[in-house]
Amino acid sequence: MGDWLRSTAAELADALAAGETTSVEVTRAYLDRIAAVDPAVHAFLHVDADGALAQAAASDERRAAGTLLSPLDGVPIAVKDVLTTAGLPTTCGSRILEGWVPPYDATVVRRLREAGLPILGKTNMDEFAMGSSTEHSAYGPTHNPWDLDRIPGGSGGGSAAAVAAFEAPLAIGTDTGGSIRQPGAVTGTVGVKPTYGGVSRYGLVALANSLDQAGPVTRTVLDAALLHEVIGGHDPLDSTSIDQPLPALVEAARQGATGDLSGLRIGVVTELSATGGQGGWQSGVMSRFQESVDLLVEAGAEVVEVSCPTFVHALATYYLILPAEASSNLAKFDAMRYGLRVWPEEGASAEDVMRATRDAGFGDEVKRRIILGTYALSSGYYDAYYGQAQKVRTLIARDFDAAFEKADVLVSPTAPTTAFRLGEKLDDPIAMYLNDLATIPANLAGVPGISVPSGLADEDGLPTGFQVLAPALADDRLYRVGAALEAALTARWGGPLLDRAPALEGGAA
Amino acid sequence: MSETLVPFDEVLEAYDPAMGLEVHVELNTASKMFCGCPTEFGAEPNTQVCPTCLGLPGAMPVVNRRAVESAIRIGLALNCEIAEWCRFARKNYFYPDMPKNFQTSQYDEPICFEGHMDVEVDGETFRVEIERAHMEEDTGKSLHVGGATGRIHGADHSLVDYNRAGIPLIEIVTKPILGAGAKAPEVARAYVAQLRDLIVALGVSDARMDQGSIRADVNLSLSPKGSGTLGTRTETKNVNSLRSVERAVRFEMSRHAAVLGRGEAILQETRHWHEDTGVTTSGREKSDAEDYRYFPEPDLVPVAPSREWVEELRATLPENPTARRARLQAAWGFSDLEMRDTVGAGALDVIEQTIAAGTSPQAARKWWLGELARRANEQGVDVPDLAVTPADVARVQALVDEGSLNDKLARQVFDGLLAGEGSPDEVVAARGLAIVSDEGALSAAVDAAIAAHPDVADKIRDGKVAAAGALIGAVMKEMRGQADAGRVRELILEKLQ
Repeated sequence: MGDWLRSTAAELADALAAGETTSVEVTRAYLDRIAAVDPAVHAFLHVDADGALAQAAASDERRAAGTLLSPLDGVPIAVKDVLTTAGLPTTCGSRILEGWVPPYDATVVRRLREAGLPILGKTNMDEFAMGSSTEHSAYGPTHNPWDLDRIPGGSGGGSAAAVAAFEAPLAIGTDTGGSIRQPGAVTGTVGVKPTYGGVSRYGLVALANSLDQAGPVTRTVLDAALLHEVIGGHDPLDSTSIDQPLPALVEAARQGATGDLSGLRIGVVTELSATGGQGGWQSGVMSRFQESVDLLVEAGAEVVEVSCPTFVHALATYYLILPAEASSNLAKFDAMRYGLRVWPEEGASAEDVMRATRDAGFGDEVKRRIILGTYALSSGYYDAYYGQAQKVRTLIARDFDAAFEKADVLVSPTAPTTAFRLGEKLDDPIAMYLNDLATIPANLAGVPGISVPSGLADEDGLPTGFQVLAPALADDRLYRVGAALEAALTARWGGPLLDRAPALEGGAA
Repeated sequence: MSETLVPFDEVLEAYDPAMGLEVHVELNTASKMFCGCPTEFGAEPNTQVCPTCLGLPGAMPVVNRRAVESAIRIGLALNCEIAEWCRFARKNYFYPDMPKNFQTSQYDEPICFEGHMDVEVDGETFRVEIERAHMEEDTGKSLHVGGATGRIHGADHSLVDYNRAGIPLIEIVTKPILGAGAKAPEVARAYVAQLRDLIVALGVSDARMDQGSIRADVNLSLSPKGSGTLGTRTETKNVNSLRSVERAVRFEMSRHAAVLGRGEAILQETRHWHEDTGVTTSGREKSDAEDYRYFPEPDLVPVAPSREWVEELRATLPENPTARRARLQAAWGFSDLEMRDTVGAGALDVIEQTIAAGTSPQAARKWWLGELARRANEQGVDVPDLAVTPADVARVQALVDEGSLNDKLARQVFDGLLAGEGSPDEVVAARGLAIVSDEGALSAAVDAAIAAHPDVADKIRDGKVAAAGALIGAVMKEMRGQADAGRVRELILEKLQ
């Protein structure tokens, strides 16, 4: 049974097709694994064992009847708790939504159901996706399976840790400034932020609407492509969703895995590395990055240096646009219709209840960003802050355009450091924000990005990530380059990176 | 607390009024502004809702194309420019009946801008400049329970109905209307009346002020006569009849003049209009410090109506109301004065519909501007909002024409209609209003009258036919009005000649 836990989603799909196992058997194995290791990892906020097993049984029946819904029919998945699930609690890691059971499925969730993937449960996250460590969850932090004293990244630390700890073969994350890719980097997993508009946001509880994007969290590049094809594509319920077909992602991943990148131009972004960027870049992260670039060159790619001067303003821009949008999005949490309701005293007015509920229901980081955003949008400050940030955002998009004239994809380390210790940056918001330095520009410009494991840093033995960015709508390039790098590294390591993660207490895997 | 007021005429000796009107029009689209929920009025509370219009976490808006179409048609009818590209914006403020605690509206990029409408008052034309017409969504509706007034103050608890949340609205905003002087109240009323006629003609709204599908906010300020400046304004909210628009302007002019006359400053604030007492009272203070933190709605892509579409919509516009009035006046043979009264009473449509139902123009005018206008005035409503339909009026007149009713009886039929007693025929039957055509009874009444007034009878016998009037009156009195006066006259003459 342990074998199924370590199988990739693609392998599980093959095994199910060959009749070597059943969806119920696989799903039960993952539920057992969750029961064994999640007390230590805390990747899940809610596990739906009965629902997942019922969906698995239905999948097995479809298989027997020859009416499969998709190539991943029967392969279980975990979903970040920021996507609405009909009948399953959705908290966004916040007290203010404690006990809320949405009456509707997010489009991504609906597509998972329509493709036959049993949903194991909902994964932990920083409250309303605000954070880079999952320490801002109101329900306690998630622990990095590589070292339980360290953070799993954030905001989607739960999804990344679930996949890294073999509690799920697949997961859904959301990425507003790196919340899929940075957890991927620090947990040794694959994370993809699709092109903005490539995956429906309907039912994704918005952090920053103009930046949010849901995407795959997996152990391999091919699995990410398979999952991306299930959840992607136009949705009439999201007016920002792109009305054109997805590129052939699985095909790109398979082609990339052959290891031939001849003719491909790779742009190393000066501003997103130790040579030209801000922040503290860990030397082990830079070494693994350089090795990966060298491997891509060996695969036939050509390397060019590109400069994107405005990227140094990305973090500041992001921390005006995000809080502005978030401050408005979070206004709806007012105790009137759902979630937490706090009565400060007998006979309190609606306004009193709103105030008391928001005070008790939101954590400090959420309050910090509501205050920042409210300020940035205020009359008299709008032009200087929000308005100016939108202009810089346009410049960042232009830098991308110029860079993609010179290179087919851009590359950088995903995050400047490996996983830090729980609590280490909790009292230093700026240090926390710097984690997303390399991932934020893609969100500001709407372009897609992937993080692929690139090895372990020499100084601490913890995973590092390699980021690939492509032009909008060219998500297939991420998969081609990512799969080529993954193939070269796996060959060098003699197996997947996650094989080197320490065994978890209680788990046989 | 009663306000000190300055008599209207004295206001004008010292001040020039400036007005600004903001009119909200609820569109009659089948579905809401940003979701597929139905929009019918009067459904059970909270039955026409979904994740989007309830503002549930994760839900997203999608623009209703039909609402954009209506907005463009309204804009074109108001001679506006139509934006080639515009966006929605969030207007952020907390209120329990607002699901998201922001209203999705338009801010600095309205879909329609820079238009005008020519308004006629007493034969004089005023041009009202339109600043903008923009799209937005309505809020839910709060019902305050347990208080004496239905207002939130003193209420025990509140209920919220979200059926109205997300209903598409068009807000039409004028530029300051200057130079109307003594006619300011009438100009305000005529503008709203004409706008309503236009909305009806476009077919984009139910246009029922009594149901709130057209709501007017009246901004007013005074400035020292001839100064050419603009004074501090007040905004009187939700003035929901044409008559009230006029009264609210008149009241605020008198009140402002009184405040200024005392050497005090006008407080920039929202005021509530009280239909029953005809006064405004202070609402919340509205200063420039009120900050809605507008920013472009990131969940919606810009609206970019193609020029081809705009031209297609232009071709669907109905007849211009001014041209229509000229056409109808000619067709009906109304004098200028009669037409002005008709338009002034807001009775153009009901008279047209009555005529279409077979009534002569003069008869239709007589009822609507006479008896029914008087009733409307008594009830404090506008003529078209009376519980009498053009079809009712046409039927009553038909009964008069065929001799079943006379004018006096017809008025009693209207009593019944206004009391909700059913159709004209049902009222006639239930109240026994038909003219007595029993010749025997009539003949007996005539005989009795002759016997009672022998001197009058003698005059008629002597050929003084004009004296018959007195006998007719006596018979009608005896028959309690339910007789055909013409037939009575015939009988009298038959018997005495």
